[in-house]
Amino acid sequence: MSNSPPRSQPPLAAPPGGAAASLGRPGGSSERLVQLEVLRYNPDTDTEARFQRYEVVCQEEWVVLDALNKIKADIDPTLNYRWSCHMAVCGSCGMMINGEPKLSCHAFLREYEGVIRVEPLAHFPVERDLVTAPDDFMEKLKRVKPYVIPKEKKPISEGEYKQTPAQLMKFRQYSMCINCMLCYAACPQYGLTPTFIGPAALTLAHRYNLDSRDGGRKERQEIVATHEGVWECTFVGACSEVCPAHVDPASALQQMKITSSIDWIVEHLIPGGKSARDTVSREDAGDIS
Amino acid sequence: MSRRPLVRECPPTTWYFRQPRYLRYMSREITSIFVGAYCVLLVVGLQRLSAGPAAWEAFLLGLRSADSIVFHLLALAAASYHAATWFNATQKAMPVQIGEDFVPGNLISGAHYVAWAVLSAVILYLAGVF
Ligand code: SF4
Ligand code: FES
Repeated sequence: MSNSPPRSQPPLAAPPGGAAASLGRPGGSSERLVQLEVLRYNPDTDTEARFQRYEVVCQEEWVVLDALNKIKADIDPTLNYRWSCHMAVCGSCGMMINGEPKLSCHAFLREYEGVIRVEPLAHFPVERDLVTAPDDFMEKLKRVKPYVIPKEKKPISEGEYKQTPAQLMKFRQYSMCINCMLCYAACPQYGLTPTFIGPAALTLAHRYNLDSRDGGRKERQEIVATHEGVWECTFVGACSEVCPAHVDPASALQQMKITSSIDWIVEHLIPGGKSARDTVSREDAGDIS
Repeated sequence: MSRRPLVRECPPTTWYFRQPRYLRYMSREITSIFVGAYCVLLVVGLQRLSAGPAAWEAFLLGLRSADSIVFHLLALAAASYHAATWFNATQKAMPVQIGEDFVPGNLISGAHYVAWAVLSAVILYLAGVF
């Protein structure tokens, strides 16, 4: 579904059939004509979103973000999207590209054929065009207490909390998250049940639980071991497949299900057993069974 | 400027058509129907056994019917697929760290496949298959 063309377009001949075509340039890197279908939404004037088609000449080695930048610079300055680092580090350029959550600075044009459909991240409210509102994710991040809660507080004069390389390796993978929210856009459970704390925030809880300097698991379990926490996860595994930082949130959540189940067994089946969750209500504990 | 974000709902009944990976997930979940049905069949068999020799013989005869054989083949395929997805998941759910390194995931999943094969052989042996 394409809408009226943008106000100004460079005089380019579109190839028949609308497919991206290589426009070889002798001696230099080759160019290609790329068609993008971009979701547009203006909260001041629109009641619903619409797709707008752009045609733009791109270098062969460009990524989708480059194409958007070119559109914004040369064709349509009203197009809105977020980005910063252009090197898959800041996590701000996440979009749905042909239905798949991707960092647009990491989505090479040469990997796509035909019209490339660009939409804002799924499962988040659209603020404007490709810009989504991350408020829900930020709120959930806070709830899991993603910081070291020291086992014992000690004065600075006693020096730093030391950690061996092996202790670091235990959680290192889970500390690589760039908060891009691609995993939330991929997770159907989050889409269907927005109260779900979700992959990245729960994984960060796990990262701190595994940290040898940390003693905050009991506090985090009040969020983690609930219906809104790991028990909402049905292990679709999409989060790990789309994660650009190879964090593997699905593994963190399954590990937390195991530790939370052990807590429940200790708490309910072993006489006098006290688990990390002994401050949690019985109703929530029942979710585990 | 006031905020008026647009909420795009996740379609509650058709979301799994959006991505092939969601269909793979649904196919894994659907196999549990066959696993469940087979468990019911086992319970019915126990109940028939307790009802006496005639009831048990009739039950066994029923198992030999064409419908029953088709169901058993389907249930076997579904249970095998379900089990494989579980075994493949074990390397994520139960990582083993030795020093600074993790045991390769394939070894963890592989160990489960080996245990599966050994236990199946033991059960078949006890059942007098060989
Ligand atoms: S876990 Fe991966 S996909 Fe999810 S926010 Fe972090 S980096 Fe992005
Ligand atoms: S612009 Fe920073 S991750 Fe893409």
